[in-house]
Amino acid sequence: MIPELGVFALAVAFVVTLVQSTVPLLGAARGDARLMAVGSAAATAQLLFIAVAFAILTLAYVRSDFSVANVAENSHTLKPLLYRITGVWGNHEGSMVLWVLILAAFGWTVAALGHNLPPSLKARVLAVQGIIGALFLAFILFTSNPFERIVPVPVEGRGLNPLLQDPGLAFHPPFLYLGYVGFSMAFAFAVAALIEGRVDPAWARWVRPWTLAAWCALTVGIALGSWWAYYELGWGGFWFWDPVENASFLPWLVGTALLHSAIVVEKRDALKTWTVLLAIITFGLSLLGTFLVRSGVLTSVHSFAVDPARGVFILGILILLLGGAFALYAARAPALKGGGLFAPVSREGALVLNNLLLCTAAAVVLVGTLYPLVLDAFGGGKVSVGPPFFNLTFVPIMVPTLLAVVVGAMLSWKRGDLAGVMGRLWLAAGAAGLVAVATLGLGGLRHALAALGFALAVWLVVGIAVDLAARLGLGTVGARDCLRRAAKLPRSAWGMAVAHAGLGVVVAGITASAHWQVEELRLLRPGETVALASYAVTFDGARQVRGPNYSAWEGRLVVRDGDRLVATLLPQKRFYPAEGQTTTEAAIHTTWLADIYVVLGKAEEGGAWSVRLYHNPLVPWIWVGAVVMALGGMLSLSDRRHRVGAPRRAARAGSEPSAAKA
Amino acid sequence: MRLRYVVPALVFAVLAAVFALYLHQVGSGGKNIAEVPSVFIERAAPPLALPPIEGMTGGLASADLGGRAVLVNVFASWCPPCRAEHPLLMRLAREGVLVYGINVKDKPADAKAFLAELGNPFARIGADRQGRAAIDWGVYGYPETFVVDRDSRIRYRHVGAITERDLETVIRPLLARLAR
Repeated sequence: MIPELGVFALAVAFVVTLVQSTVPLLGAARGDARLMAVGSAAATAQLLFIAVAFAILTLAYVRSDFSVANVAENSHTLKPLLYRITGVWGNHEGSMVLWVLILAAFGWTVAALGHNLPPSLKARVLAVQGIIGALFLAFILFTSNPFERIVPVPVEGRGLNPLLQDPGLAFHPPFLYLGYVGFSMAFAFAVAALIEGRVDPAWARWVRPWTLAAWCALTVGIALGSWWAYYELGWGGFWFWDPVENASFLPWLVGTALLHSAIVVEKRDALKTWTVLLAIITFGLSLLGTFLVRSGVLTSVHSFAVDPARGVFILGILILLLGGAFALYAARAPALKGGGLFAPVSREGALVLNNLLLCTAAAVVLVGTLYPLVLDAFGGGKVSVGPPFFNLTFVPIMVPTLLAVVVGAMLSWKRGDLAGVMGRLWLAAGAAGLVAVATLGLGGLRHALAALGFALAVWLVVGIAVDLAARLGLGTVGARDCLRRAAKLPRSAWGMAVAHAGLGVVVAGITASAHWQVEELRLLRPGETVALASYAVTFDGARQVRGPNYSAWEGRLVVRDGDRLVATLLPQKRFYPAEGQTTTEAAIHTTWLADIYVVLGKAEEGGAWSVRLYHNPLVPWIWVGAVVMALGGMLSLSDRRHRVGAPRRAARAGSEPSAAKA
Repeated sequence: MRLRYVVPALVFAVLAAVFALYLHQVGSGGKNIAEVPSVFIERAAPPLALPPIEGMTGGLASADLGGRAVLVNVFASWCPPCRAEHPLLMRLAREGVLVYGINVKDKPADAKAFLAELGNPFARIGADRQGRAAIDWGVYGYPETFVVDRDSRIRYRHVGAITERDLETVIRPLLARLAR
């Protein structure tokens, strides 16, 4: 009975979204405040009913109610409680419910916090949110009912893909969806602005916090996914340019561009149509990711159960939402008048460059991702586009992007002084050059790319430090003045510095692990020792162990540095009988400067095991850096000017010189 | 309407058309983009070492598999669909098909009563009191039926009760092929 209530709650939510997507629009067109106010009430009701449905589904998982087909197919009584709960979104149907739950939650924030939005804009934003919600609820109700019953009732569930029974992956989807779905806010604001025919700095100030929040979540989500791939898939790598990884990376790239172009709208009242277009494309790419993952047109470790009927439905949603938005854009964008002019060398100019580079990078990744699909559709055979393509195309675009980050952030608005900025950056340039020369000196010319990567990382971090020091007056004023200036510096300026520095940390991590990874594939007998980087690793043999829902072979490897015991590593090769799957559990010892990474392979004759060992320098920096970037975003988000509750005071703050510098 | 504002819509239209074409090919067009075989199929049957049901003889071990094709049926007296498919197993056994049973999480008395009432089609039965063997074989619903060939490899797995139709269209043809 309870699962049927879940379907009922979803159906009610669907009806509510139908109201939410029509009545406020009508109200806004007629200027009827009462009709417009329906939007807020509907958004709240929508959230409530979807939350009930989500709670019911979660309860079915917690109780292992196998009469619900979705639970029977994806859960198991032997599964630990945590993974029974995360199993809710470890499958297609449940993840869609989480998707609409997050969508409704974002929509609700507009209703709850947006009391100082112009009523017509608020009504239209809520209506667009309602349309998105209605389409996805219809998708769930008509093609992917998570509460469907099964007869006969299985006594045991089929379990959850053991690769997904992992803390890294358990929380990867919620963050990813927070990001994807969060961009729907930018989309809703863009469409609402096109309907209104008005984009102004206030609009940009309302769009930014949601975009920033979504961006932070997506950054964490992508980092979690890559971390999981690193330690769970046992290949020693962290990014594979897999189509589904790319699908999450595309909205991130364009979302990053959006984040920056919205600043120009806010500060300079320029780049309006471009920013609106970016907002539509960012959410469009999130939807594209959803389509690629769920329609079965791509094969990937990440794909959900293949069902072309669902693909048709999602394509329909894509066409309705994006086709509608682009048509509206074609009709209304020419009427949006641009604002102030600016010189190419200026903060705005740098942000335009940032946008061009990020969008080119996104276009390259999009082409690489879709090329196999397009080729196959026209009978061109099957190809896969892998790392060589992306390394050749994506990496060169990132070089000028990273160079420009530091310079752009230091240029002033309207007309910047490039020579002056470069003059202040001599320290960063010097440090970067030194690191490059040192790298080349140690490794020779074949490490030219590594030298470039390290130089860029140092350029970023030192450049930001130089800029911050100048702003705080470090070395020119006293310590107390410095602290006072630090306290007065807007949080968005701190946030920017932290996020950009995080980017530098990521670049260093990627460079080092890509160039100096040491890989050893050995057949080891118990007692045998192998040298790995500066360590000696001794294999003590393998034994059988049993977990709650798997059995495993566990190898024991002792890592020593000279006479010092560094770590004992216990890599496992697990077999999950309920799912009939084998997983490798890499054992990792991290020193934060490097990872020692061991994977147990196959048992060979005479008690020997094939063992893969990796030494991955700086690899933890990739995820630390990504988290630092997200923290920077959150710091900026906490800036008073971004709080939706304080737009009027923010409008004044925006014209103050100190804030304008941020 | 200036042209450059229409470009995004046009690009999107082309993309959507390609997606639609490809979806059609993959869906109703029957294009197979990746065959993902089931994990147990064509693999060696997971090891078995089961005692007989208390008070009976037999038991089921890995050594009993192999040599000739055999049907392995996972059943329990408390499982209604098992009862439903039982006559089909009886018929197969009468026709000379070798049928083995794995009796899962059952009380010996109940299992014996079940067989006394409906007949015993099984040449050997292993008692899996804890349900560990069922987990090793990846069983998730009862009954479940496997066809194991003479090299002890699983060739077919059927989840749920076998029907007349499954028997005629899949199981019998497979057994005939394996017997050759």
